Amino acid sequence: MSPTPFLVLSAILFTIGGAGVLLRRNALVAFMSVELMLNAANLAFVTFARMHGNLHGQIVAFFVMVVAAAEVVVGLAIIVTIFRTRRSASVDDASLLKL
Amino acid sequence: MSTYSALTAAVTTQAEEHGQAVAEATGVFSWTWLLIAIPLLGAAILLLGGRRTNSVGHLIGTAASSLSFVVGVVLFFAMLGEGATERAFTVPLWEWFNAGGYEVQVSLLLDQLSMAFVLLITGVGSLIHVYSIGYMEHDENRRRFFGYLNLFVAAMLLLVLAADYLILFIGWEGVGLASYLLIGFWQHKPSAAVAAKKAFIVNRVGDMGMILAISSMLAVFGSSAFDVVFASADGASTGWLTAIGLFLLLGACGKSAQFPLQSWLLDAMEGPTPVSALIHAATMVTAGVYLIVRSAAIYDLAPDARTAVVIVGTITLLMGAIIGCAKDDIKKALAGSTMSQIGYMMLAAGLGPAGYAFAIFHLITHGFFKANMFLGAGSVMHGMNDEVDMRKYGGLRVAMPVTFATFAMGYLAIIGIPPFAGYFSKDRIIEAALAENWVIGACAILGAGITAFYMTRVMLMTFFGSRRWKQSQPPHESPPVMTIPLIVLAVLSVVGGAGLLYVSAGIVEWLAPVTGEEHHDLPIPLAAIIAITLATVLAGIAIAWGMYGRKPIREDVPAGNPLTVAARRDLYGDAFNEAVLMRPGQYLTRSLVYVENRGVDGAVVGTATAIGGLSSRLRRWQTGFVRSYALTMLAGAGFVVVAMLLVRLP
Repeated sequence: MSPTPFLVLSAILFTIGGAGVLLRRNALVAFMSVELMLNAANLAFVTFARMHGNLHGQIVAFFVMVVAAAEVVVGLAIIVTIFRTRRSASVDDASLLKL
Repeated sequence: MSTYSALTAAVTTQAEEHGQAVAEATGVFSWTWLLIAIPLLGAAILLLGGRRTNSVGHLIGTAASSLSFVVGVVLFFAMLGEGATERAFTVPLWEWFNAGGYEVQVSLLLDQLSMAFVLLITGVGSLIHVYSIGYMEHDENRRRFFGYLNLFVAAMLLLVLAADYLILFIGWEGVGLASYLLIGFWQHKPSAAVAAKKAFIVNRVGDMGMILAISSMLAVFGSSAFDVVFASADGASTGWLTAIGLFLLLGACGKSAQFPLQSWLLDAMEGPTPVSALIHAATMVTAGVYLIVRSAAIYDLAPDARTAVVIVGTITLLMGAIIGCAKDDIKKALAGSTMSQIGYMMLAAGLGPAGYAFAIFHLITHGFFKANMFLGAGSVMHGMNDEVDMRKYGGLRVAMPVTFATFAMGYLAIIGIPPFAGYFSKDRIIEAALAENWVIGACAILGAGITAFYMTRVMLMTFFGSRRWKQSQPPHESPPVMTIPLIVLAVLSVVGGAGLLYVSAGIVEWLAPVTGEEHHDLPIPLAAIIAITLATVLAGIAIAWGMYGRKPIREDVPAGNPLTVAARRDLYGDAFNEAVLMRPGQYLTRSLVYVENRGVDGAVVGTATAIGGLSSRLRRWQTGFVRSYALTMLAGAGFVVVAMLLVRLP
């Protein structure tokens, strides 16, 4: 089994995620793009674990999932709160925390 | 506590001053502290009691001072009952502090020397208190005035009774404080406020000398207590002893208004006249002479320092006399005279054991006649609506007979006409000076002649000649409360000299256990010296009569010769201080402020501005847009990846 298709898929997913973070204004979509990037990284980890025949990559993938879950909780809570107070989910509007 | 008792034991066994054993005080002598405590308590009541004590303030003040005098007299007679060389007592009070190798005991030393001062300070001081009741009657701050007077007396008593230079220094500073408060008593007058500040600041220079002297003692002897310092003085190097002697001289110059720190004394006339009498006769200016005589053990071993004392005394006695000749303000003429007479005392003190007793003798007689004349001048001012210009006096002997008669006694005493007080004391100093060095002796005789000139001038301008006052009310004699102290002091001015010298063994024998005694052979016979001195004095009187007695006195101030002009301006003492000390000092501070503003501050402010500017540039990067941050992160991550690939690939 060749790892190449998996890694190409992982790169494509990461690029889509990165582009989403940089280009979309909606906080929820940007957030989903971050998740996409994380999962692309997970795919690469798992592929490499398979390639090397050990579990290191898989363990790291688990860690990434746990951290991503925690991050989703905090991130979504912030986005919902901002949406409630400002009636907007655009990341460009939330640019007040500066001098 | 054990070290304390051990130390007092050491004091009783070891301490000797010029062969006199110092015993721990017992019986009545252990009450010596009352001398200081009574006037201090008086000052505390008057100054803390506020307006409630307004009505009785002057009585409390006078009572405190008089009571202290009574205690002094009791102690004096108790001391007379002891053997001639067993009259020194130490009164340990408490341990002040004990730090490292230094321990300072608060203890008093009552011996013949301090006894003489105690009687002078409290006696003349009490008379001045009585006089002030009348003089300050219409002043609304009379209570405060008496509080300060009591403080002055208490501080001066602490100064002369202390048994440790550090304790003496407390009294020394107390005297400085009290003089500041009293000279500036009428502080609503800017001139009085300035004069008070001047006295305080000039005295600070002298105090610096005292601090250096005490510090040197602590460094060399490990203690500043009299007994330790005097006992171990001959173990120290001559260099250190000379240095300590010169530092003490600087301190004495500040308090006693000796050259070059004389400038404050003439301005100090801004205070009420009783204050001038107190400063000039009983307290303050005598402190310097006391300090030199008390430190005899140091000066005996430091001939160079003693020579400096003689030179300072000689310069001052001539300077003061010359200044006194040109002043038209009666109080300033008398102030010049004080400078000159204290110069005599310093000169005598610098002669060593041959002169110490005469310095104290002259100090006491001077206390009598100078207090008498200052109070007399105050009485004249009281009758003349506070006019001080002698050109506006004249012919007052008829209007103020008592003041005239008492002032005349003081006049005859100060110019040294036998058998008045000043003759005995000044003549002894002239003899001692001649025996030491004929130049110094000649200066002393010349000073006596000038003294006769300016005092005759004061006399003639004030009490004789045409009436130049233009008051609607003729001048009046002062009330008895003012004239009685004058009469007492006048009697003392007449009999004080002969009395102190000849009653019983006399003051010289009395002081001998403390100051030591030494006789020199006179270069010319004693009768010749007396004749020359008296001839000089008579010449001075004759010249003054020729200038101010025969001719009517002009009411406008004549131009005068260059010496007169210089003397009117205090021989340019103030001009010198201004040109040499004040102006350069101002330039120095101004340039330092410039360096501070432009240099030090400039560097600090410049750094802050640079960092502030840089940060405002950096702040632009923080746009607040999440997506631009994300792009920056991506670019950074891309950069890291590329860098790693570049490093790994080859």
